[in-house]
Amino acid sequence: MAGSNPNAKPMNLTLKVWRQKNRNTQGNIVDYQVKDISPDMSFLEMLDVLNEDLLRKGEEPVAFDHDCREGICGSCNLFINGRAHGPESGTTTCQLHMRKFSDGDTITIEPWRAAAFPVNKDLSVDRSAFDRIIQAGGYVSINTGGTPDANEIPVPKEIADRAFEAATCIGCGACVASCKNASAMLFVSAKVSQLALLPQGHVERKTRVENMVAQMDIEGFGACTNIGSCAAECPVGISLENIAILNQEFLLAKATSNNLA
Amino acid sequence: MSWISKTFSSSIGRKIIMAITGLFLCSFLVVHLVGNLQLFKADNGVAFNAYSEFMGHNPIIRTLEIVLVLGFGFHIYEGLSLAIKNRSARGSQGYVSNHIEQNSSWHSRSMAMLGSIVLFFLIVHLYNFFGSLRFTDVPRDANGNEDAYALVLAAFKNPFYVALYVVAQFALLYHLLHGFSSAFQTLGLTHRKYTPAIKFVGYAFSIVVCAAFAAMPVYFFFFK
Repeated sequence: MAGSNPNAKPMNLTLKVWRQKNRNTQGNIVDYQVKDISPDMSFLEMLDVLNEDLLRKGEEPVAFDHDCREGICGSCNLFINGRAHGPESGTTTCQLHMRKFSDGDTITIEPWRAAAFPVNKDLSVDRSAFDRIIQAGGYVSINTGGTPDANEIPVPKEIADRAFEAATCIGCGACVASCKNASAMLFVSAKVSQLALLPQGHVERKTRVENMVAQMDIEGFGACTNIGSCAAECPVGISLENIAILNQEFLLAKATSNNLA
Repeated sequence: MSWISKTFSSSIGRKIIMAITGLFLCSFLVVHLVGNLQLFKADNGVAFNAYSEFMGHNPIIRTLEIVLVLGFGFHIYEGLSLAIKNRSARGSQGYVSNHIEQNSSWHSRSMAMLGSIVLFFLIVHLYNFFGSLRFTDVPRDANGNEDAYALVLAAFKNPFYVALYVVAQFALLYHLLHGFSSAFQTLGLTHRKYTPAIKFVGYAFSIVVCAAFAAMPVYFFFFK
């Protein structure tokens, strides 16, 4: 296999995995042994091996969220050894490789924890709170019609780059999972500043931030205390600067919007 | 609910209250410190007592005192209630393993605890000096001013008070190390050019103010 290390020795690991039948039951940590794990495997492939073992034994496999396995969809969400997406920074769980661990290691695997992110089953959590925040205003309304010409609306390169940086947020929820307040401010700020920076987003600029922040509060996320855990654990490096932009946008909107309610 | 109450009851609005009252209380610390530095003057408290008499009776200062009480009140109430709200947002089931120390500083996570220590100190401190001066008859010095200096001398002969005052200044130091620059971030006042300067000023402010306040009980206990 290209890029693999032929000298890498397979590993045996002890996994401490959170098992929970459904939303209404209590969960607990269950110990599993996995053998002959290649250091070239991704963390999710290692869990696939565990699940194949469990299926062979006739046991219930471990439920976990995953989709693209390329680090771009934001589906995978595991709290590994006390860190969101594991020990490596700037990485989603699917892009975390077993070479970051050593033979004989014990690895604790838990779901995201937050009142607004209830556990569906095992390691799979319900992040639809994020969807509802986006539905409250994280979009640009465009009337259908002919395709607009490219570069019809000029956007300075520097602004486009900053908006793109904010747009790289994949909505995985690592910010909420690692925040001691379970605050969704980094996620909301990435979406708000991305659209506030671009001219297309200006039309709905004030109602957007008012509605998204209101929905964020309704969902039961905590308030930001600027401790910075979110940005440190963000797999795509969304910066705290976005939270400052969100605060500015919120104040500006509240002070000047026509919304009296 | 009107748009104003809605603004200041939202999570960002409440943080803005914390930031504005926090910075206002920082300005109070400067005034309080500058006045109290007269304790170090070798005049057996003549200047300090005159200053104390002025602060206790000047109508403008007495009006600002109400603003100060409101500043403390909002900061304490919002701080404690946000801490409770944030804790419940974490959910009932915590992490079995959580290495939060690898992604954030201890003092930034301990603001409510540090603030509570400062609050406890504040209550004792008000009892020690403000309460006696405002609500009891205090002996007067040669110039006819209430002898606040004598109260300071007496209080700082008590090792428990000296220890409490010094510990409280350490709590305040760590509270400010995060709080000062955090307030600017909450108000959206960040900039690639100025944020490093704000952080530096915040650190210098915290260290100088807390060290100077802590020096007072120590000086009186050992040298007076």
